[in-house]
Amino acid sequence: MQYGKFSLVILVTTLIINSGACAQVRTYPDLGTTPSAEQLKDWDISINVSGDELPPGSGIASQGETIYMQRCVGCHGQNLEGTSLGKPLVGGQGTLGTLTPKKTIGVYWPFATPIWDFINRSMPPNLYNIPVDPSQKLTADQVYALTAFILYKNNIIAENEVMDRETLPKVEMPNRDGFIPTNLDDVLDYRGRGCRAGTCP
Amino acid sequence: MSDRRRFLKSSAAVIGGVAVGGIKPAVAQRMDDTSGEYWSLGYEPNTPDDPRVYGQRSRYVTSLRTYNPKRTRATDDIHTPLQDIEGFVTPAPLHFNVNHGSAIPDIDPSTHKFMIHGMVDKPLVFTMEELKRFPSVSRFHFVECSYNAAPPERRYPDATVARTHGQTSCSLWTGVPLSVLLKETGIKDGATWIVAEGGEAKKRTKSIPLSKALDDAIVAWGQNGEPVRPEQGFPLRLVTPGYEGPANVKWLRRIKLGAQPWIAHADNPGHTTLRPDGKGRWFEFEMGVNSVITRPSGGQQMPGRGFHPITGLAWSGGGAITRVEVSTDGGRTWDDAQLEGPAHRFAHTRFYMPWKWQGGEAVIMSRATDEHGDVQPSLHELNQIYGVQTDYWLKIKDSRGHFNPIQPWRITAEGSITNAVWEI
Repeated sequence: MQYGKFSLVILVTTLIINSGACAQVRTYPDLGTTPSAEQLKDWDISINVSGDELPPGSGIASQGETIYMQRCVGCHGQNLEGTSLGKPLVGGQGTLGTLTPKKTIGVYWPFATPIWDFINRSMPPNLYNIPVDPSQKLTADQVYALTAFILYKNNIIAENEVMDRETLPKVEMPNRDGFIPTNLDDVLDYRGRGCRAGTCP
Repeated sequence: MSDRRRFLKSSAAVIGGVAVGGIKPAVAQRMDDTSGEYWSLGYEPNTPDDPRVYGQRSRYVTSLRTYNPKRTRATDDIHTPLQDIEGFVTPAPLHFNVNHGSAIPDIDPSTHKFMIHGMVDKPLVFTMEELKRFPSVSRFHFVECSYNAAPPERRYPDATVARTHGQTSCSLWTGVPLSVLLKETGIKDGATWIVAEGGEAKKRTKSIPLSKALDDAIVAWGQNGEPVRPEQGFPLRLVTPGYEGPANVKWLRRIKLGAQPWIAHADNPGHTTLRPDGKGRWFEFEMGVNSVITRPSGGQQMPGRGFHPITGLAWSGGGAITRVEVSTDGGRTWDDAQLEGPAHRFAHTRFYMPWKWQGGEAVIMSRATDEHGDVQPSLHELNQIYGVQTDYWLKIKDSRGHFNPIQPWRITAEGSITNAVWEI
């Protein structure tokens, strides 16, 4: 208990600071309501690259292949080569510096978590905004499995590698350093990084 | 159908094409008395069937938007007829429109909700009714697709200005500044980004710096004095003045604050552009300083020699347009055009220069400067920045966003006008 008294001071200080934040004065207190925990959970589908917003669940490539052949193959093709309805999900190695660049997941995407986010958010496509039967919506496990399948078919992870909220953010994508500026913290200062008249360095 | 209604329909058939103004009342009648048969014109007054309650343009006015011939089922992009626009405001029905993978959703404003959460002190959900009770602002801003005037759109000698530059439009947007709403939620230390999300099936999102959100972003429900059109985001859209189109998220339902960008699909791989060395540019945000002559322009025919003003539009994601120069000799000499003021920040600005066409060949072009002193580049200057020759733009099988070189139009001795962007 060497640090007991010291911890108490920190705790009390923290409480004071936090209560100060909660007591923040609103100019229009009548307008707006506090969302319920359920509403926040339902709506909050954004997944950042740290992965700390990823839900529980897991999947591997072979499970993903089964789902792919049922739900995705019609647009993205038997070998993920793409069709007129869906983009290619593999191939394109060595094309980025040519006149026919292919911006596939394996060649172009710098992070793996956006694959999960995009499948969860937008797949299968619902062009006409038709209300979806909840039973048809992909589950978190299915999205992990599909993500694992795509990563495996791009030779980025092994066939039996489990994708979940711990492993997926750690997947190193081949084109992670393919964007300028490379460091996300340097992106914010548009003019400071030399962007002028519509063109960035 | 009521008896009265049936009578109205049949009398309309008899009256046929007789114009409203051509019917004279037999007896004096109050204008607001709609009970008499005098008003029997085939529709119920004060209903949506009544053509006078929502005004129509003349049948002699035929200006229409035009589809991008390369549109896909998913984008369905349609362009503003810039050559027909007067002043600097785009009528809402002629605003360009691109949708990415979702048809326009049919959202009931009475049930629509907008949530702000994440790194805030107090997450809040607002109804439309609540949002409209906040103090509002109305500001002129353009919204431009980041691929407006991209190389594929300018590839054809017979391209019109609608084809080349018709993915920018300017409206008076009305709404509550996002900064006002963020003052209500409070902002936690360390928050530097927001992600804004639409309510369509695909729920497209875009990461935007928090500094922009606090500076001048508007949560908008009004467009040119009316509710925002469904294709523009009804009932609610985000307007981020001067930022590329996708940052102006339509059908806005949610904004989350955080300490890093989210890498939404519209951040990457969407809306990134490749350099010739294969490296990508991302988060380019601001649309570059730009201008184009809209009259005379591609596909038009000079009506004859003599006085023929040159007019067009200039705009910049950097702020206000401060200068537009016009050349009528292919860029050898330049004269200052007159700006129709006031030049609003992040808005289309109309420019004008008197000119006499002598009947010979001429190449006309415009060059804009904005409040930062940034000058619209020539294609030659852009080639130098990229380290490429002009044919690179014609051969590359990948579109280039934020492509804003000067647009020359060639007027032949016969008075026909063609796209000369690759010739200068």
